[in-house]
Amino acid sequence: MAAVDAGCRYYFGYPITPQSDLPEYLSRVFPKIGGTFLQAESELGAINMVLGAAAAGARVMTSSSGPGISLMQEGISYMCGSEVPAVIVNVQRSGPGLGGISPSQGDYFQATRGGGHGDYRTPVLAPHSVQEMWDLTFLAFDLADRYRTPVVILADGMLGQMKEPLDTRVPDGFEIPEKDWKLDGCEGRDQRVLKSLYLGPRELEEHCWKLWQKMEDMKKREVRWEGVMLDDAELLVVAFGSPARIAKTSVREARKEGRKVGLLRPITLFPFPEKIIESLAERVKAILVVELNTGQMLDDVKMSAGKNIPIKFFGRPPGTDSLPSPLDILDEIREVYPA
Amino acid sequence: MSEDRKLLNPRPRSLVDRPTHFCPGCNHGIIHRLVAEAIDYFGVRERTIGVAGVGCGVFLYSYIDTDVVEAPHGRAPAVATGLKRVMKDRVVYTYQGDGDLAAIGTGEIIHAANRGEPITIIFINNTNYGMTGGQMAPTTLLGQKTSTTPYGRDFHQAGYPIRMTEIVAGLEGPSFVARAAVDKPANLRRARKLIRQAFAAQIEQKGFGFIELLSACPTDWGLKPRDALKRVEDELIPYYPLGVFKERKEADHL
Repeated sequence: MAAVDAGCRYYFGYPITPQSDLPEYLSRVFPKIGGTFLQAESELGAINMVLGAAAAGARVMTSSSGPGISLMQEGISYMCGSEVPAVIVNVQRSGPGLGGISPSQGDYFQATRGGGHGDYRTPVLAPHSVQEMWDLTFLAFDLADRYRTPVVILADGMLGQMKEPLDTRVPDGFEIPEKDWKLDGCEGRDQRVLKSLYLGPRELEEHCWKLWQKMEDMKKREVRWEGVMLDDAELLVVAFGSPARIAKTSVREARKEGRKVGLLRPITLFPFPEKIIESLAERVKAILVVELNTGQMLDDVKMSAGKNIPIKFFGRPPGTDSLPSPLDILDEIREVYPA
Repeated sequence: MSEDRKLLNPRPRSLVDRPTHFCPGCNHGIIHRLVAEAIDYFGVRERTIGVAGVGCGVFLYSYIDTDVVEAPHGRAPAVATGLKRVMKDRVVYTYQGDGDLAAIGTGEIIHAANRGEPITIIFINNTNYGMTGGQMAPTTLLGQKTSTTPYGRDFHQAGYPIRMTEIVAGLEGPSFVARAAVDKPANLRRARKLIRQAFAAQIEQKGFGFIELLSACPTDWGLKPRDALKRVEDELIPYYPLGVFKERKEADHL
């Protein structure tokens, strides 16, 4: 729905649980509003249709999960190399391999380290509510166009199935920019080429540094996070997505017990909120990282916080009934931070 | 040349005046020219977008003066699908080799054809992977020696050469499907006409146009240019017959 309101009129995808609600919805809506919904022959086909539509200047998206996102990495790498914007939603299921369909955060590394071949990263946005799925979809299209890059929205199976109240607000200053690089036929102008092959002397090196510069700019300007009761916190909980939402309850309960606990929830996983974690690490006594995997964002927290602070990890790799309850996280808090 | 003399067949506007990187005797250059001629024939250079596959043809944008986007190996028909769905009034074509289209890209070509996407596919079949150094392609003939079939292609080991044109023509979706060669003037003239028709299918809104072109690769075949052309006639054409395999006279879904 947010994608439609954000001006997206093209969707190319391939069915996979637990994200099929999204294509099923768009397959109903797009034909009525002049949009294009196309079910591709594979995720390879889908991501390359996205590449083509994006090259033509359209706001375009796809969505998938786990194995499908793996297949899309080829196209995502090409889109980064040829600087073509699009939005890719990964409603994470559990892996590796066919894995399962329960909520997971096992694709953190894949999403935040680029995922495909070559030297690049893409912005990664991590919603933790239906409202944020709406808001971050607008942001994703905006970042994609501003930085000419694919943007990943990293959700999970729980968010993908969630129903809750929604304010269908449009961000202030919303506009869809003109694209002076798009391919629409070279009428009255020189040929335009969108490519990622650079064989000339130093061409590719310069191109890679140009992509790096965009990543540096994103690190300066686009870091987003939410803090809960951080001011006097002695224990810092770091979590994103669904577990962050569960951890909010745990943190409030811990406060009732007199434990000074705060929560830092990264909203952008790349660029990662390194600086705020670095500065919090100077004044809290310990950090607890909570994820639905065996420890991935943990690495980024460790790199940001440095070695002078104890960091505990509470991970629940996905599986049936493996989603932690607020009490599970509270127990971890009690253990790390005795009253 | 003096003013009163006129070239009978001048360089097409859509063909960039630049020496190509192709090997001596390679047919890519001739086929590039035929594609450029077709674009000029319809007067659509300024509303045409090319999709370059991976292989010797990837430098399409260096030689054909239209907008061009590079596709990952085999995915050109999917990229063209995305482009065409947005730019419905533009002419979209792909330029793909046999390693690209007949091996790694079989999924994309079959389904783009089956959907009847109104795009044009230029498919170059030189029975090997030219750019990577002459490895076996799905189109490599039985007995043909390549860098990965040093004893000749054996069907027990590597199956049979695949006839993509016949496969694509067997689908309901395509409007125009043909195979041509550029080994001698008569075939070249026929190829020029068929490439035009492959574009016409799209431009006249009949749908999906597909043209396979048998192409000599003297370097990787280990033959002199003239002998390579002779191989096209003696070995390729008997296995890959020339002609129109499917032609729909009117638009689909009427």
